[in-house]
Formats: sequence, structure tokens, C-alpha cells
Amino acid sequence: MMHERSIAELIAARAAGEFSAADITAAYLDRIDTHADTLNALITRTDAAARERAAALDARADGALAGLPIIHKDIFCTKGVKTSCASRMLDNFIAPYNATVVERLHAAGTVTLGKANMDEFAMGSSNENSFYGAVKNPWNLDFVPGGSSGGSAAAVAAGLAPAATGTDTGGSIRQPAAFCGVTGIKPTYGRVSRYGMIAFASSLDQGGCFARSAEDCAHVLTAMAGFDERDSTSVERDVPDYASQLTGDISGLTIGLPREYFAEGLEAGSREVIDAAIDQMKALGANVVEIDMPHTDLAVSTYYVIAPAEASSNLARFDGVRYGYRCADPVDLDDLYTRSRAEGFGPEVQRRIMMGAYVLSAGYYDAYYLKAQKTRRLIAGDFHDAFAKVDLIAAPVTQAPAFPIGEKADDPVAMYLNDVYTLPASLAGVPGMSVPAGFVDGLPVGLQLIAPWFEEGRLLNAAHSYQQATDWHTRRPPGFE
Amino acid sequence: MNWEAVIGLEVHIQLATQSKIFSSAPTAYGAEPNTQANAVDVAMPGVLPVINEQVIRMATLFGLAINADIAPRSVFARKHYFYPDLPKGYQISQFELPIVANGHLDITVGEGATKRIGITRAHLEEDAGKSLHDVFDRATGIDLNRAGTPLVECVSEPEISSAAEAAAYARKLHSLVTYLGICDGNMQEGSFRVDANVSVRPVGSAEFGTRTETKNVNSFRFLEKAIEYEIERQIDVIEGGGKIVQETRLFDPTTGETRSMRSKEEAHDYRYFPDPDLLPVAIDAAFIEAARAELPELPGAKAERFEAEYGLSTADAAALTASRVWADYFEATVAAAGADKAKLGKPASNWINTELAGVLNRDGLSIGEAPVSAAQLGGLIARVDDNTISGKIAKQVFDALVAGEGESADAIIEAKGLKQITDSGAIESFVDEAIANNPDQVQQYLDGKTKVVGFLVGQVMKASKGKANPKEVNQMMVEKLNAMA
Repeated sequence: MMHERSIAELIAARAAGEFSAADITAAYLDRIDTHADTLNALITRTDAAARERAAALDARADGALAGLPIIHKDIFCTKGVKTSCASRMLDNFIAPYNATVVERLHAAGTVTLGKANMDEFAMGSSNENSFYGAVKNPWNLDFVPGGSSGGSAAAVAAGLAPAATGTDTGGSIRQPAAFCGVTGIKPTYGRVSRYGMIAFASSLDQGGCFARSAEDCAHVLTAMAGFDERDSTSVERDVPDYASQLTGDISGLTIGLPREYFAEGLEAGSREVIDAAIDQMKALGANVVEIDMPHTDLAVSTYYVIAPAEASSNLARFDGVRYGYRCADPVDLDDLYTRSRAEGFGPEVQRRIMMGAYVLSAGYYDAYYLKAQKTRRLIAGDFHDAFAKVDLIAAPVTQAPAFPIGEKADDPVAMYLNDVYTLPASLAGVPGMSVPAGFVDGLPVGLQLIAPWFEEGRLLNAAHSYQQATDWHTRRPPGFE
Repeated sequence: MNWEAVIGLEVHIQLATQSKIFSSAPTAYGAEPNTQANAVDVAMPGVLPVINEQVIRMATLFGLAINADIAPRSVFARKHYFYPDLPKGYQISQFELPIVANGHLDITVGEGATKRIGITRAHLEEDAGKSLHDVFDRATGIDLNRAGTPLVECVSEPEISSAAEAAAYARKLHSLVTYLGICDGNMQEGSFRVDANVSVRPVGSAEFGTRTETKNVNSFRFLEKAIEYEIERQIDVIEGGGKIVQETRLFDPTTGETRSMRSKEEAHDYRYFPDPDLLPVAIDAAFIEAARAELPELPGAKAERFEAEYGLSTADAAALTASRVWADYFEATVAAAGADKAKLGKPASNWINTELAGVLNRDGLSIGEAPVSAAQLGGLIARVDDNTISGKIAKQVFDALVAGEGESADAIIEAKGLKQITDSGAIESFVDEAIANNPDQVQQYLDGKTKVVGFLVGQVMKASKGKANPKEVNQMMVEKLNAMA
């Protein structure tokens, strides 16, 4: 079956003439026909453009990923295609340009099948905050796929595409990857250009990808990453061919287990899965040591000051004036602003805008925003100290597997606590992954691996080594084989 | 009670870059609406700002020219407010860490006295677009061409004490930025915008009164008028038992008055915070030294040189160096006139400051649009200097140049036969003729009223149509009359 093949196999088989890019695209479009609606994974399908693109690639194939179908999270601007960020605010927005990530993957030869559902403006951990409705977890349709890149994760888990792009601000790639049993990587902040990626929290947002394996992620990340002069925060540093760094050998690697990530809150079932995964890493030759990351407990409060503050500012441009949603018959300018934003944004987005505006307001700035910047530095300091001693950090991604749709929808704080293990790496800007490591009650559990800044190669190789010895990442949800 | 004014000026200096401060869109003035705004200027979802390096260079030049500190690290911050011509919902500006701080400008107050005005800070920011309220019926148009145009906002200390001082400060600043080539200085197009913070207090009081901010002042004359009006108004209000309201006021050039625009009660909380899309601007010593090497000769130094090199008076030197274009015109004129700067400077200065300035003033032209080029004027001065023509004829030639009647002074002199008569035979016949035709005046001279020689010389000049060399005529006339005694 086409969708069982790895990216390297797909590219090689096509290069060998076993089948064409058009064949690959057709096969995946068939799977989308069958499954996409069940999962509500896609906001926009681009079947016709995909077929045309695949045919064009067959006529003149070039690029490392020529013919590879891909789904983009609907936060990446795609020229001429609706780019909604899962918001009513942008339901009518056709992007006039391509995000750098989209441009680079296109240059590498990918075929875009559609735009993935997500939490509105990437705010959420369950993909329930979408103007287009909740995405369902392919492992159990009553459960959330995680968020905010829930559509991307669910699509890859269900085999609707070999790879999908995502963004991670506080865990939005790692957490849905864990919930859906796929491999996901959030690179170092600055590794992937943010140009054309609709901003949520600028100092945290980072583009990354989902695929079935670390090896597949390596191929996609190599094409995505790199300096972009249009993004001042992207880093001018060569991008290695990550796939060539996958030796599969992790003997002698020192892996740190932060005590704070294994304390109260981590559910027993998930703990067992993570412990077993760590035993597997040991068996592969890694040294495992316990470490302390004493400021971990500051991450949630730090994040929920900084991210909403930046969001309140980044989302100020959605004012009903130049593009996007505008309320009907505004009586004056204030009415235009107030109703366009009140009607165009969903409740979670409005909640974060209000929190953000509050923490930036005169008289509160020092107590909240400035203090959060300081605690953020302490959290980054924990990683600095840790990586002086260890090569890699291993931890759970979440405290528990996916939860039922609706369970936490009315309790924002419970929802925010979901990100407790993913927020620190985001705040520090270090790269992190979620690797499928087992199941609890039929729901996937992810192992989180975190590397020092710009050590994506080391990170991917550790995951690859683990995946060479295990088969969790090859499992398919029942009904999506 | 006696009152004194406390004035601080905020000047928005539009930097003369090709492209915008954070985007590659052009900055040209006067294009069709929204043709000079790209995705970044329109604040499309997902776009990011990238700093224009020229902006940093220009701000550094400015900082050096006002003897200020150039911050080794300055930070862009977001200033939030909602307005339709502010596409992002925030303006990228600098707040806590501006690029330039602690500078000063020395202005001339009265005869030869100078006063130092402190400059608190100068920060970089982007301009907003324009709301067009009079183009559409019952709708406002938004033109984002200006959005993202780079500005330096230069904030003075409240050390200015009168409308005249304020105008002197603004003129000096204007002269400086145009010298530096970082601003085109066009006040009508808004390239140099002055807002005046004005308050009054009893003479000797240490406390400041409540201030108002007056905007929409687009000439130095209006600035002076607006401040004078505002000082008077504030004194009237206070003496009438009222209180000054802290507010923004608009100057109306047609009435010469200021009127309330908005009060600070409606003022926003701008929720400033460092822009996470932009890295701090780091400026090292090498960058500053490179900028310093690039600094042109500034007005003060140039005026001193003009006095020394061209023998000009302090006032003439100051007048000529107030603008770089005038100073350049002057130097080009002298160069065209001849090699002797000390000798030719004074006549060149006179021609420019009186005749040329008069024509420009009359026709409403700028020096850049002068109908007589520096080369043409220099050529004319050379002909006076070598006695080809007299000063009187020179004015005729100048007028002909203004009227475009010839390519050069020489061509006009030739075509009109204006060459001065220096041939002594020709002069002698004019002199003899004058003596013969005016026996009464000759007799007066012989009776001791020697002043009458002027009349007789005048007759010669008249008869020669001004072409006789007046010095030679005078000499010959006196010789002949004395010989008759």
C-alpha cells in the first residue's frame, strides 16, 4: 500500500518509475475522500491543484521531495488558497503570498493536498477551538487529537498524507503528535522561518512537522529549515542534511531525566510507557541520569503571561478594515472594531487577547510581563545547566493520553495544565520531539526528547535509533489501516 | 503678573531612504493611493518586519551631528492603538531604549548670543498611513503609501523660552538634517513636522504649568505664530481665573489660532512592549566611526570657513550656510567667477543674498529652481571684476540671464554690446562733449563747487549708455576741469 511506505521509499520508488507523482497524489486523495470528513482534519482541500501539480512534477521532476504529498496547517499562508487559521475572522481570507515554509517545501517538490484544521489562531490543546469544529482522534473518535496542530497530527496518523506541517508555541506539535501516535518535531526557535506563518506568540512560535517516523521528519525538516532574510529572528546557520545524521547509534549518549517531569501529576499508565521507553534507550547503549530542572513549575504561569501578551498585540491587525471578517452595518468606527472582533474571534482567542492586554497595561507591565521575562530566563537557564551535563533530555509529553472531546472544554485552567511538560522547551527555545512509545487503554503515549539549541540532528537520531528497535510508530489506528 | 513660557519641541524627521523602515516598498511621495504599500505595510497575516540598515546609518549620523550618545543597543517596541490607517494595530517605535539620547543644539538668540537647547532623545519609528475623509461620500478612504515610512522623532528638553527661540531651534534642526542628507526637509509634504509643547508659569517659578501640544504646523512662520498665540491664550485663560487643560491642539493657519483637538482624558494606554519580531539594534564603535567619517561639513563649521576663506561677515556667512543648497550654490558661484576667493566672495555673497534672493522670493522659487545657475552668476561676477562691465550694466545682464535671454553673461554682453568703454580716446570725446554742453556746471566747478563733477560724469555715463568706465571718466573729467582753472 502506498501509504505504508516511508518518505524515502516513496521518493525512491517514484524515481525508479514504479509509480508517478500523480499516482501517489491520487492514492492519498482517495484516502482523504474516505477519511477526512470522519476526522474533520481538513479545512480546505486542494485536490485539483494537487493533481495538476503532481502532473507537472511528473513532466519535470526536481527537488529532494519531488512528488511528496503534504498537508499544511491552516496557519501557513498559501498563495491563492484560503488561509483561515481556523477562525471566522479569516474564513474569507485568500492569502496573497506563500509562507517561506510553503515556498521551500514547494521548491523541494511537495504536492499540497489541503489545509489542516487546528485550534483557532493556534490557541488550544484539544483542537476543539476551531471555527470549523473539533477534530477527532483517529484512535478513538470520541477523543481529542490534541492541539493546536490537531488536524495535521490526525491526518498523518490516519494516513491522509505522509507528512504535515505544524507549529508549536507551547506544545502544539508535540502534544498532538503524542495524542495521535505520530512523530513530531518542534525545531529550535529560529531554525524555521516564521514568515507567512500567522503569528500567535512571536517569541515562541516555531514551525515544524509531523510524519510517521523520525527518518521521515528528517527529510521534511531538511527542506523546511534555514535562514530567511524576511524573518529577523531566523538564525543564519547552515542546515545539515538531517537524514544523513541518522546513524541509529546512541551508545554513549547521556540522557537526562528531569525529576520535575516525573513527579505528581504524571499518570501511572503513561509513566509505565515512558519508563519502558527509557529502558529501551538504555538497552541501545545510552547512559541515563536523573537531573534537576528547578524552575519547571514556573513554566505555566510564565507562558500564560508571555504568550497572551504577544497574541493580544499580534491579533490587533484583525480589525475588520483591510481583510477578513467585518461585522454587518457598523454604525461608527468603534462599532466596526468591537463587533468585527467580538463576532470574528472565538471565546478562547478573546480570553487570551484580554489576558494579554491586561498584563501589558500600564501599572501591570512590571508585575506580569517583565517578571515573566525574568522567569523565562530562569527556565532557559535550567536547560543550559542540564545540557552541560547531558546530551539529551527524555520526559513524557503529557501527563495522560488524549481526553474525551468536551471534557475540559469549560475549564481553561485544566486545559492549560495539559502543556506543563511541553512549555519549558518552548520558553527556552530548544528543539523537542514526540515519539510514539506505547499505548494506554488503546490511546497512544508519546516520549518527549529534548536536545540543546540547533541539535535537531542528535534529536532525530535518538528518535530514529529508538524507532529502529520498536514498532510503536508503525501502528495504525483501527479503521485507518 | 509676569509670565514666562516653557517650550519643548517634538520634531518628526522623515528619513530620505529609498525603501521603508521595515519593508522593501518605495517611499516616494505623491503616488496613487496604496501603490507603495506591500504585504508588510498592509499588515497581511503572517508578515514580519525587517529593519532597513540605511535607517540605522541615518539615525547614527543624526546623533553624531547633535553631539548625542548613540546607544550600543536600542530596542524597537510596539505602541498599540486602533486606527484605520495604522494597519497592524500598533506602531513600531522605540520606547525605553532609543537609538539617540542626550544631544544638544546651539541656537543664535539676538545679536551674536547663543543658547544651548538640550535634546532628550531621538528615536526611530514608522509613520502611519493616511485617512482620506473627503474623497468618498459617507466613507473614509485609507491610503497606506506612507505607512512604514521611516521617521526620527527628536524630542527637545523644555528649555526653549520664546516663539522666536522655537523657530530658531526648528530652523537649525532643519538645516542640520538637510545638510546630513537624511531628510529632504519638505515641510509642505510633511517630511519635517514640528509639534510644540507649550506651558506658561509666573517668572521665577520652579514648577511647570500644564502644557498643551500644538500640531499641524507646517512652516517656521506658522510655528512662531502658533506658539505666540498659544502663550497669549494660556496667559489669558489663567489670568481670567481659568485652568489650562492638558490637550492636543491644532493650529489653523487661516486664523492664526490653535483649537482643541483631543484632551488627554481620552489618551490611550499604549501597552508598549519590546517587539519580539525584531532583534535589538546593536551598534558598535566601528559603525559609529564609519558614520563619523561620512559626516559632511555642518553649518557652524561651514560658516566659520566662509568667514575665513571668503572674507564674509558673520551675518552673510550665517545666511549662506543656513541651507546646504545655498552654501553649495555660493561656493560654485565663486569658483566660476575666478580663483581669488577672498576677493570674489563678497560680491558673490551680495549677488546671491540680494539680487538672486529677490528674484526667488518674487517668483516663489527655491534655490534649487533658480533661473540663473551658479556658473552663469559666477561668469557675470568675473566680468565685473575684470572691468568688462560696470556694476550697473551687470544688473541689466543679470536681468537678461533671469529672463533667459542668453546662455551666459558673456553672450549677453556681446549680443547687447554692453562691453565697457575703456578706450581713452572714446572717453575723451564723451568728456569734451559734456564740458561743452554744460557750461553752467563747469563754471560752478571752477568756482570751487567741486561736487558738481558727479553731475558731469553722469552726463558722460548717460551719453555712453553706461558703457564708459566710470573710474576713467571721473579721472579724465577732473584732469580736464583742473586744466581749465
